Formats: sequence, structure tokens, C-alpha cells
Amino acid sequence: MNWQLIKLGLVFVMLSVLAVGGGTAVLPEMQHATVHWFNLTDKQFRDIYSIGQVAPGPNMMMVLLIGYRLAGAIGAVVVGIAFFLPDCVLTLAANRLWIRFAGSPWRQSVQQGLAPVAIGLMFAGTYAIAKLSLVHVSDQTPDFAAIAIAAVVTATLLWRHVNPGILVLVGGSAYVLLTR
Amino acid sequence: MDSVTPQQSGTASSNATSKAASVPLGEIFKVFFMAGAISFGGGVVAYLREYLVRSSGWLSDEDFMSALEISETLPGLNSVNIAVITGDDLRGVPGAAAAVAGLMLPGAVFVMVLGLLWNQSRHNVTVSHFLLGIAAAAAGLLLVVSLQLGKQQISKFPDLFIVLATFLAVSVFKISLAWVLIGIGTLSIWLYRPHPARPQAPEHLPFHRGPRHNHYRR
Repeated sequence: MNWQLIKLGLVFVMLSVLAVGGGTAVLPEMQHATVHWFNLTDKQFRDIYSIGQVAPGPNMMMVLLIGYRLAGAIGAVVVGIAFFLPDCVLTLAANRLWIRFAGSPWRQSVQQGLAPVAIGLMFAGTYAIAKLSLVHVSDQTPDFAAIAIAAVVTATLLWRHVNPGILVLVGGSAYVLLTR
Repeated sequence: MDSVTPQQSGTASSNATSKAASVPLGEIFKVFFMAGAISFGGGVVAYLREYLVRSSGWLSDEDFMSALEISETLPGLNSVNIAVITGDDLRGVPGAAAAVAGLMLPGAVFVMVLGLLWNQSRHNVTVSHFLLGIAAAAAGLLLVVSLQLGKQQISKFPDLFIVLATFLAVSVFKISLAWVLIGIGTLSIWLYRPHPARPQAPEHLPFHRGPRHNHYRR
């Protein structure tokens, strides 16, 4: 156990506890923490996020790859436990205590109050991914091929439901073709 | 376990009551593993609902909505939190562990395999461009998901103000998430504090679709 590994674990424990509104909500903070406090680059963060997008299951399995990239196999294990275990323990405790708050008007206040904060954080997560993918990371100039892909995906999903897994694969292929 | 709510069909409730008493851990693992393996492109919560309410009958619709409601208020991923709650309700802590392990295993293996391949070929221009295209598509996807989940919040005051303040604090002013939650979160909860003269309307909660239920069946 070296210091870097402990620090990595602590950062993801913090991210875990702060993930009100789910995985997307915590993306900006995760990007900031892994890029500024560890030697992950913005491009690596973006690529790891993209790999996570094509995987099945809970949408933050990408954290394992961040751990792997920064500290090898043991890093993946440490980050996986640090990011998922605290929330599981919190949920287990809450599941057993929740019934006691059933009659409390404060329970509803917390739910209603946190809802718009969670939505704001989701928009912030969206902005973080847009900033990494729609402008060139090197010089911050607009990447028109990427913007076109994002616009087509947005319009398609507003028009009708399409499996997002298919859309991201089409988006990846389209970018390869557009920039050939 | 006491009886389910009246609007539940008889078969579903008796199913849930009899099955839940003796669900083997392996069965819990298997059901969550299926949901975790099949949910390409996200939407794990919808798959979980399909498996837990429709095919296995372990939960009534009410149970599921209640579990989802708790999951949304707590930090963490909704799908993982639902796994903890369902597993705990069925078989206690071992049940929760089996559910979470089953849900996460397929995605974890998938991500690690892809990650190792990426590690070998990340200087390949085609791979790099493919991943960038995925991120661009994901940006569009996240925008639509945020708009859809936040439909009620962005069309009403003071919620819109809180959504904007949260977004600006994180994205423009780069304020640490902890401070945003302490500051704006507390303010927002205070705005919705219990008030005897103003009955609270739960209809506009973002993800809430089921009828209101004030007891949680253990």
C-alpha cells in the first residue's frame, strides 16, 4: 500500500459520497480530481469515459479503468471498492432506517429540495463531456465533426427512442469516417 | 411480510410473498447478473424493473418505485442502490452483496477487457477517433437525458433557479462539489421545508411515476 494508492482510494470515497444524482453528476469533480491530483490527461479521461459508454450494466464501471490506468490492477480494485462500497453501505443503512422517516415531512423536503440540484449537476456533467469532445482538447477550437454527431444524436433522441448503445457506436463510426 | 397494496393483482402479491421468503442467493445473483449483462446502452433501472417486477415477481410495482425513490435521494448510482435495497429485503446483507456483485460483474469484466485492448492501441488514430465520436454522441445523449429527467424542474420556479445556480457553480465558477451540495443543497431543502399552510405536492419529483405511498414494506 503506497501513499498514491491510499490517496486514490480516499478521492473515490469522497466522490462516492458526493454522487447525489448518480454518476453523471459527479463527472466534473472526478475529471478535476483525476487530472489535477493524479497524472491522468483530459484525453485519457475522455477515452475511458467512452469505453464505459459501450459497456453494459451500471454506467460508472469506467472508474475501474481510471484506477487501472493510474495504479495497475490493484488500482482498479481499490477504486472499485472506494467508489461503490460507501454508497452501498449508506443505502443499506438508509433502507433499514427509511421507514422511521416515513411520516416525517422533512423526508419529502429533502427529496424535493435535492431534485433540482441533481438535475443541475447532470447538466454540469453533460457540459464536462461536451467540453472534452466538442472542442479540440489541444487548442479549444470547435470540432465541427463532433458537434454534428452530438447534434444528430440530440435531435434523434428528442424525435424518438433509440437504444443509446447503438447511437454511441454509430457516433464513433461516424467520427472515424468524417475525419478520414 | 404483510400484504401488498390493494391495487396489486392477487397473483403478483402472493407470488412476491411466497417467493421472497426463500429466494436462494444464487437466484438473486443470477437475476441481477442478467440485468447487468443485457443492459447495453444504459437504462439499467428499466431492465431491473422488468426482471424484479415482471419476470421474477419479487417486488410489486410499489416496492420498486419505493426502492427507486430511496435510491434517487441517496448518493450513488440508482441501479446499484436498487440492488442493495432489493437484495437486503430478500435475504439481508448476503442478499445485497449477491445482488450488487451480479449487477456489476458483467460490466466490470467488459470494461476491463476493452480497457486492456485500448491500453495497447491508444496511439492508433482510428481507435482514438472512434472513442472521440462516442464521447460526442454521449454528450448529445446526456443532454437529452438531463432534459427529460429534469422536465418538471426546468419549467418551474424556484427549481429552474436552483438548476441554473448548481450548473453555473460547478461548470463556470468551478466550485467544489462538496460546497455546492452544502450550500445550494441546503438552501434548496430549506426552500421546500415543511410548511403547514402549504401542502406538499410530490407530483413534480423527477423520476417519480407511481402513486404516493408513505410506508415502505419490509
